Parts: sequence; C-alpha cells; structure tokens
Amino acid sequence: MIEETDTPGVMKAMAAVAKRDLVLAWKRPGDVLNPLFFFAMVATLFPLAVGPSNEQLEFSGPGVLWTAALLATLLSLNSLFVTDFEDGSLDQMLVSSVPLPALVLGKSIAHWLTSGLPLVIISPVVAITFRMPSSVTGVLMLTLLLGTVSLSMLGSIGAALTVGLHRATALLSLLILPLAMPVLIFGARTVSLVASGDIVAGGLYFLAAYAVLVVSLAPFATAAALRISNE
Amino acid sequence: MEGLTMGSYGAYVWSCFIMGGLVLLICDWRARSLQRKVYRDIEVRIKALGDEL
Amino acid sequence: MWKFIHKLASPPHFYNLAPKLVPWFTVPGVLLVAYGVYAGLFLAPADYQQGDAFRIIYIHVPSAYLSMMAYMIMAVSAAIGLIWRIKLSHAVAAAAAPLGAWFTFLALATGSIWGRPMWGTWWEWGDPRLTSELIMLFVYFGYMALRAAIDDTAKADKASAVLALVGAVNVPIIHFSVEWWSSLHQGATLLRKDGPAMDPSMLYPLLAMILAFTFLFGALLTRRIRTEVLFRERRTRWVKDMVLSAKGRN
Repeated sequence: MIEETDTPGVMKAMAAVAKRDLVLAWKRPGDVLNPLFFFAMVATLFPLAVGPSNEQLEFSGPGVLWTAALLATLLSLNSLFVTDFEDGSLDQMLVSSVPLPALVLGKSIAHWLTSGLPLVIISPVVAITFRMPSSVTGVLMLTLLLGTVSLSMLGSIGAALTVGLHRATALLSLLILPLAMPVLIFGARTVSLVASGDIVAGGLYFLAAYAVLVVSLAPFATAAALRISNE
Repeated sequence: MEGLTMGSYGAYVWSCFIMGGLVLLICDWRARSLQRKVYRDIEVRIKALGDEL
Repeated sequence: MWKFIHKLASPPHFYNLAPKLVPWFTVPGVLLVAYGVYAGLFLAPADYQQGDAFRIIYIHVPSAYLSMMAYMIMAVSAAIGLIWRIKLSHAVAAAAAPLGAWFTFLALATGSIWGRPMWGTWWEWGDPRLTSELIMLFVYFGYMALRAAIDDTAKADKASAVLALVGAVNVPIIHFSVEWWSSLHQGATLLRKDGPAMDPSMLYPLLAMILAFTFLFGALLTRRIRTEVLFRERRTRWVKDMVLSAKGRN
C-alpha cells in the first residue's frame, strides 16, 4: 500500500470518482443503453396510443420527448449509489478526507455524461419521427442539455435519500417528479413555443439559471442525505 | 328556502362547506384514534414485558 | 431563553402541557367558524359577478393558505431539528405533513367545485393556483412516503428533513414556473386581486374563516405532535410511569 502524506486535491478526487464511474459504465454498457431504449420506446408509445395524425404528433412532440427524457433519467438514477452502497465504496467516500459534496458532484457529472448527454445526442433521431423541423430540434437539444444537468443533480438527492431502502424505484419517482416539474415545464414549453414561431430566450435563461442553482446546491443536499442514509 | 338554494349555486356552495366540515372532523377523529392506538400499544407492551423497558 | 425553550421542548413537559393548550385553540376556532360560516353564507351579499358561488372562497382560501402554512411549519421545524437537534421539532414536522396534505386536498376539491359553475368544467389546467396545489399535494405525498419507508425514526426524521428543505427551495420555483406556464394561454384565475377593495361584509367573514382555520389547525397540530411525542418516547421511564398510573390517556 502506498502511503500518501498529503490528501489528494479536491478536483483530482472528483475527477477520479467521475472517471471510475465512466469506466464502470463502459464495462456495463447496458446500464447506459437501457434508459436510451426506454426513452425511444416511450416516445414510440405515444403515436401508437394517440394515432398517426401528423398534426397531432407535431403538436405533442416537444411534450412527449421531454416527458420521455424525464422518465428515462429517473430510470437511470436508481442505480446511482446502489452499487457503491453494496460493494462498500460508498463507505470509503464517506470517511474520505475529501469533502463529500465534491465526490458527489463527480458522481453526478459521470451520471450526466452517461445518461443526460446520450439522451441529448439521440433526441434528434426520435424528434424526426415527430416531424420536428431542424431549427426546433436544435432548441430541443439545447433545452435537454440544460435540463438533464438539473435532473441529474436533483435526482442525486432522491437517489441518496432512498439508497438502501426496499422498493426504492417508486419512492424515488414520488420524491423527484414533483420537484422536477419546473424543468419539464420550461423545457417542453420552450420547445413548443419555438415550434409555433415564438420567443425562446426566457425559457432558456430559466433552464440555465435553474441548472446553476441546482449544481451549486444539490451536492450539499446529496452529501447530507448520504450521511443520513448510511448512519 | 330561497337563501339555501342560492340561485343555482346552492349545491356547489353547500358541498364545499360540508366537505370543509368533513375534513376537519376526519382530522379530529384521526388525531383522537392515533392517540388512543399509540397509548394502548404502550399499555399492552408494558403489561407483557413487566418491568423491562 | 434557551433554558425556557429546552424546558418547553422536553417531551414529558410538552406532553402534559399540550392538553392545556388545545382548548385555547379549539374554543376561538369553533366560535370563529360559527361566525364565519353564518356570516359567509347568510350575511355577505352575493358577488355581482360570481353570484353566490363566490361563497366557496370561505372554505377554499383558508385551506389553500393552510396548505402553504403547513409546509412552511414543516420546513422550518425540519431545519431546526437538523441544525439544533431538537427532537420535538422533528415531531412537529412529522405531525404537520398529513394535516398539510388534508388541507391541500380540501383546497383542490373546493377549487374544483368552484370551477364547475364558473368555468363549466371540474378541472381547468389553465388555472395556475389549482395546478400548483396539485403539485403541492404530490410534494406532501412524497414527504410522507419517504417517512413511511424508513423504519428507524431518527433516520426518517433527518432524511425527510433534507427532503423538506429541498422542497422549500423548490416550491416557490414550482409556483413561478406554473404561473409562467399558464400565462401562455390566458388562464382564468380563481381570485381577482381585489385586496382591500373587497366589501367589508364579504371580507370580514373571510378573515374570520382564515383565523378560524388557523386556530383549528393549531389545535389539531398540537394534538398530533403530542401523540408523536408519546410514540417516540414509548420506551422511556416517564412514559412507563405515566401509563402505569393510567394518566395521560386522551
């Protein structure tokens, strides 16, 4: 074992945590791909359920895509801390000399890179099936980019609160969905506004501001929740 | 009778007031029954365990 | 000051004090309800626009106000419990949540009934107040579900306190975003911002009802906190002594 005299830098530790999760995700691609399939499938359910009318699909596209993205993110959040909890690496993080919020932020960044970013990348493909014009698709991707950051951060609080509980999936949804509604509202409505040729700036500013707020506050709440869950 | 029917709105108004009363009564009943239940559980446990806490 | 708070917050002291406090809430509450209901239904004139349907606000507004108030009480006492580790304040948060959910339900139900004659529909998504009340109800459900899912009371207290605080930051944002969302298609709002312009004969019953609901909420909250305290202290000596001497039953 190598003895280290000084504690590793906060940024370095954060990067190490993020890198570890990325490597794990690379080794188990199903964890990354399944939410994406889920996203595509929920988006397929709507035309099947509502009917193939083009007008209706164009109208409901932004809402459907955003709802599907929200649910897919929720699905991937469940496992955010569970494996760490089971193999004991969470305990290591809790006793580490590096501030816990920084490590949590590292994990959330990795989570966004493996769930939010892929969603943003494949969303244009799904958007095509809803006959979304390319200019609107650009805004959709931008809102998803900003929105999924908030969802990853917000969701980490819920994941931390429910880690180690039985049947946590339904509970996690119940905790996070009401809190995630501002993101959904601004994300989906901004895209529909663009689709009907309206202003977009306000909604994007809100999403950006919300993302900044959540990124700066959520890691502390998540860290507190993790400590409580592991007492 | 005129006063009670309130034009055509009587049913809506009265059902709201009745529902308000019901919610208050349910809350009252729930507070009472919870207190009784918690107290009785403690009573039963003390009788079963004797002097152990 | 601190000594006084600690004495007040000590479980046995609170348990014995609560029954003496409750009548001070219940009696004015019942009297005010009696006046508010009578004046609201029979003395206040019908609204020139809404006719007699406006009388529903005498139930709707107090319960909508309490649904916010209860959340505020919950979040503040959760914060106090988390920071100063006062046990009683966690009991307050636990007791406030179900009451808040009930009044949120009442606000939703009466708002919906009001909407039927006014908008011709039981539910109008365009109304931001009703929509935020609905989300509020889900927030309460989430809080109570988290509490119910954790067996260890101390852990449930702290975990739900974190959730309550996260919610406290989010609830105003939810309100704002729902306002923005409904402003996009000119939704009808339940209450015009009349403020003091409201006729006194309509306003006084409303103020009486708000005050009455607050008093009755205070009485219910005090009783539920007391039960919560009894449950949390069920393994202590003072509870055992009290139960053995058959005191403090109701």
